[in-house]
Amino acid sequence: MLAVTIPYWGQTIIKLGTVLVIIPVGGLLIGYVFLLKMMAHMQSRLGPMEPGGFHGWYQNIGDALKFIQKEDIVPAQADKWVFSLAPYVVVISTFLLYLVIPAGPDAVISDLKVGVFYSLAVGSISVIGILMAGWGSANKYSLMGSLRAAGQLIAYELPLVLAVIGVIIQAGSMNLNQIVKAQESQQLFGLNVGGVPYIATQFVGFVIFMIAAQAELTQAPFDMPVAESELVTGYMTEYSGFRFLSFFLGEVASAFALSAIAATLFLGGWYVPLPHGILSGDNIFNVAGPLILAAKIFFISFLIFWVRFSYPRLREDQLQTIAWKYLIPISLLNIMATAVLKVVF
Amino acid sequence: MTATINPGMAETSFSPNSPEQIKQAAYIAGQAADMRINVELETGGMTVNLGPQHPATHGTLRIIARLDGEQVISCEPVMGYMHRGYEKLAEVRTYPQITTLINRIDWLGSFANEVPFIAAAEELMGVQAPDRAQHIRTILFEMSRVGHIILFLGDLGVQLGAITPVFFAFRDREHVLNQIEAATGGRFHPNFNRIGGLKDDLPKGWIAESKVCMEKCLAFCDTIEELLFGNLIFQKRTRGVGVITPEKALDFGLSGANLRASGVDWDLRRDGHLPLAWNKTDFKVITHPDGDAFARCWVRLQETREACKIVNQLLDTLPAGPIMAKVPRIIKVPAGETYVSTENPLGEMGYHVVSQGGLGPFRVKIRSASFNNMSIAPWLMKGVYVPDIVTILASLYFILGDIDR
Repeated sequence: MLAVTIPYWGQTIIKLGTVLVIIPVGGLLIGYVFLLKMMAHMQSRLGPMEPGGFHGWYQNIGDALKFIQKEDIVPAQADKWVFSLAPYVVVISTFLLYLVIPAGPDAVISDLKVGVFYSLAVGSISVIGILMAGWGSANKYSLMGSLRAAGQLIAYELPLVLAVIGVIIQAGSMNLNQIVKAQESQQLFGLNVGGVPYIATQFVGFVIFMIAAQAELTQAPFDMPVAESELVTGYMTEYSGFRFLSFFLGEVASAFALSAIAATLFLGGWYVPLPHGILSGDNIFNVAGPLILAAKIFFISFLIFWVRFSYPRLREDQLQTIAWKYLIPISLLNIMATAVLKVVF
Repeated sequence: MTATINPGMAETSFSPNSPEQIKQAAYIAGQAADMRINVELETGGMTVNLGPQHPATHGTLRIIARLDGEQVISCEPVMGYMHRGYEKLAEVRTYPQITTLINRIDWLGSFANEVPFIAAAEELMGVQAPDRAQHIRTILFEMSRVGHIILFLGDLGVQLGAITPVFFAFRDREHVLNQIEAATGGRFHPNFNRIGGLKDDLPKGWIAESKVCMEKCLAFCDTIEELLFGNLIFQKRTRGVGVITPEKALDFGLSGANLRASGVDWDLRRDGHLPLAWNKTDFKVITHPDGDAFARCWVRLQETREACKIVNQLLDTLPAGPIMAKVPRIIKVPAGETYVSTENPLGEMGYHVVSQGGLGPFRVKIRSASFNNMSIAPWLMKGVYVPDIVTILASLYFILGDIDR
């Protein structure tokens, strides 16, 4: 516990500052490592390797500067307010998503009792932003893209929630910190092996969660809303400059945030098994937790982007088929099996 | 003022008696109510312009699609945004100058464009290029096919949403382009054919390098087969999409892989009469019975392998000798007319050359493959979904220069 009591407003400022720093930095780091460098290695494209020396690290800063100094174009027919606000609605939903994720036993911004519920609820605010962008742009491609996004996110919100319910049943709590602690104390067939992450017991749930997360993030194979070969870039078609950058940031930052949720729910969050007695206790994890969590986030993000760079895009009807005919029944079965096993053991 | 909804309605008295009639009346009323709702909810459809600037049309093709939601009601390709008038330009140029122009028709398989025109001029003049020249022509022809279709395979991926294949394609096509450049001096527009032979002989060490290059191309084919053709999503997207029956394919004058994918066994390399070296090699004409987008892509993939095989065989059996026949310094083609066509990467490419004995042709009619291949698009795209437009366009495979000329 902290020796000095920080007043409420001080805590609020610290928390706000943390969120405002973590999300853009984490998002850009993910964007840099996976979206640019890993993609370049997978696709054997050299791209700019010169600026800044090592691996052309400066290039990305240059790209960001380019976006900022570009002209901010608002189409003449556009609904100006809706058009201008849309990117920020998308970005804000990402910030809200991160509020409940614990980076350590005490290192959590808002320790909500219904953390899982909250994060899944605010995650779908971004749909509103996307619909605003599609409607406000006065462009047919944008409109089609945003309607596709709405249909897709509604369809995949369900398996996402249903996949998480298995975890909630097993942990007996909706608080994310409680879920991590439940994984810490989970025993393997009565043996204490220093915790079992729920990916072992809820593997079906994890797979469904990852597929649904891929669709929520509109990454290939579920990237119809931005399908660049059909709809140019879907709802982002008319955007330029800083607003486009905001959409881009929203994309990578929500990949970061959803990875964080997946890491917390299925991989044990800030916790790793450590030798007992020497290095255990809350204080260690308050320091090492953020790093452990970051490593897990990067692993999950790697999975997301790996799939993205490997697969072609599904068609809209095939996408809905997967959600309604396969993922939802399987996740319902998963819930049933989890509930029965919970009662039995 | 009294508003009567349907004046005729009041006069007809319909009183159902039997339960049968009541049932029928209820059914009619229900149908009428449904119809009213449908009329009220009529959304009127939407017209979307794909192109002239659109990523899927790689060039300036414009497609006016009338949509009902995600479904295409009708679509109409608009061509001619890049019409450069090559047929007319050819009339005011001499024969050697025209090869420069026709290089730019199908800009990915430029060398293959030159061959039928030069062959037509040679036929009119009664000149035959020496054996070695014909061999080298065939090698470069097939190499440009390999480079062309490698790019198609990569582009196919990017049209279907997989971004990785296109970068592999650009990387591996470079090997082919380097070989073409080493032999001809031009990467995209070789302008290497002369009436009566070729400009130069092959450079030293080119044959061994070409064999290595073909190895790389075959490796690329294997990669693409694993990455794309073996992918379940790819198969879901392409199988059963844009099915062309053999009769329809012949009706619309399709040619090349689009025709062979419908099961029509027709290949001008085997069935044509040109004195090029195809008949000295052993290759298979690939056909597929399905006629859908997957079949078209699959046929092209296998054809790339066959083309590599042809190149390898010809590199082994390259005869010695001159590369240029005896032709007059100033080329004058005697009066007459002929039509010569070859199996180009995109399909049948033919030149109808009419000469009146001058320095240049009197009239050149260019029969390009993409124009005919695109003409089936409106028929093919009725009732498909929006993503299928892109699939069908990608699988028909067109080059804008080849459509518009």
